[in-house]
Amino acid sequence: MYLTKEEELILAGEYGYALQKAMEILVALGDIYGADRLIPIKSAQVAGVSYKNIGDAGIEFLRDFVRAGAKVSVYTTLNPAGIGDEEFMEKQREVLELYREMGIETTSTCTPYYGANLPKFGDHIAWSESSAVIFANSIIGARTNREGGPSSLAAAIVGKTPNYGLHLDENRKATVIVDVQAKVRTFVDYAALGYHLGRTLGNDVLYLRKIKPERTEFLKEMGAAMAASGSIALYHVEGETPEYKGAIVDKLEKLTVEDSDIKAVKEQFSDDWSDIDMILIGCPHASLMEVKEIAELLVMRGRPLKIPLFITASRAVKALADSLGYTEVIERYNGKIMADSCFVVSPIKGWYKGIATNSGKSAFYFRSFGFNVRLDDTENLIKEAP
Amino acid sequence: MKFKGRKIVGGKAEGELIVSQKPLSFLGGVDPETGIVTDAESDIRGESIAGKILAFPRGKGSTVGSYIIYALKKNGKAPKAIIVGEAETIVSTGAIIAEIPMVDGIDVSKLKTGMRVRVNADEGEVELLED
Repeated sequence: MYLTKEEELILAGEYGYALQKAMEILVALGDIYGADRLIPIKSAQVAGVSYKNIGDAGIEFLRDFVRAGAKVSVYTTLNPAGIGDEEFMEKQREVLELYREMGIETTSTCTPYYGANLPKFGDHIAWSESSAVIFANSIIGARTNREGGPSSLAAAIVGKTPNYGLHLDENRKATVIVDVQAKVRTFVDYAALGYHLGRTLGNDVLYLRKIKPERTEFLKEMGAAMAASGSIALYHVEGETPEYKGAIVDKLEKLTVEDSDIKAVKEQFSDDWSDIDMILIGCPHASLMEVKEIAELLVMRGRPLKIPLFITASRAVKALADSLGYTEVIERYNGKIMADSCFVVSPIKGWYKGIATNSGKSAFYFRSFGFNVRLDDTENLIKEAP
Repeated sequence: MKFKGRKIVGGKAEGELIVSQKPLSFLGGVDPETGIVTDAESDIRGESIAGKILAFPRGKGSTVGSYIIYALKKNGKAPKAIIVGEAETIVSTGAIIAEIPMVDGIDVSKLKTGMRVRVNADEGEVELLED
């Protein structure tokens, strides 16, 4: 990979240990994946935040890295943090503090685009968090690979990323056409479609036809589900997403999705209410519109929920919900909005036996943790819940 | 006998091989306190990688695996060098931050646990040593 004079100096350690290590990571990845050079990025989104995930090993690394003077050079936000007992929270606070010392905005969300980290079409970025990656690539048309925690941090520090993978035009072309014959209308239909496609396809770029998503949230959810059950990082929707024109260049394989495929996913996550003791909405983190809807649905329901409802959201959305009065309504019905956190990355085994959710991504993870799962639209969940 | 691969992290090491013929996950797959492999699907489960030359086809699992490699080093339980068939992000990043010599592009199926090797990562070379 070609390096500029300055990049060579960074690699030689002229600008200190932290920049040198970050540069070594970028150069190694560039060489492994055949990048020609490094390209500047507009922003970074760093994973490796929950203490449940990074553990003491991660804290030790971050501590050493901060001591060595690690500072980010582009606007950088963080993935959600975990929730746990007192001891856990103390470690969690230390992780956030270490990232803050690096100059990272410690808003911890999987939807940075609902807050301050909103790239524009064509921007090169280095994001981790698979649901944010697929959102940025597919819905916005920004360009990022699926970074890991350390590689996104290295990119944030140097302000650059190796030019390979989804940064290049040729790798953003479709590799499979998906004909959606199934009727896909609601949020959960899109969640189930995403889950099915992630599980069925490999590391493909999808070209979806015959769907007409009514809202951005539906696409957000579909992408999150396919990135969780599989490893998809970019999809195009004919007539909808910004890069669908010209996305088909070759004769491509075709996959047809039938009603039975969607039904099969829903049936897989249809545990009875008697096995459910928590409702979770906001995976990926809820938009303000989703929060507003929940408040309205609770008022229509007219009586408090017997089991707790947790809504996870970014701090930005929570602040708006607070000031607009939605939080108060939600709390009156036994709901709670939790900012900057995520149950998927929290040590919650044993706290609950089963969750009801509208999220395909949550369904996938909680089933793998051994929980009962009921997947349905928000409207049905709030109407039917005990 | 010499194998020629590619440098991922420079450095030199000599020692005994421990070889996994299956992809290895570090998060949940290797205990950072002891260096013992805990991955249920691994063919070297229960064995220690500490102080050995570790060879496997490629990394898998969570990107947090990089930090586990770093912790192994801090705890004095890291392998002396890492040899892989195909480098990917997780293990490469871990080897860089832990400063463990690493080579990729080596046909790991030709290596066996217990063999003695010399790794010259700067040149991307792995040499089998006679006993």
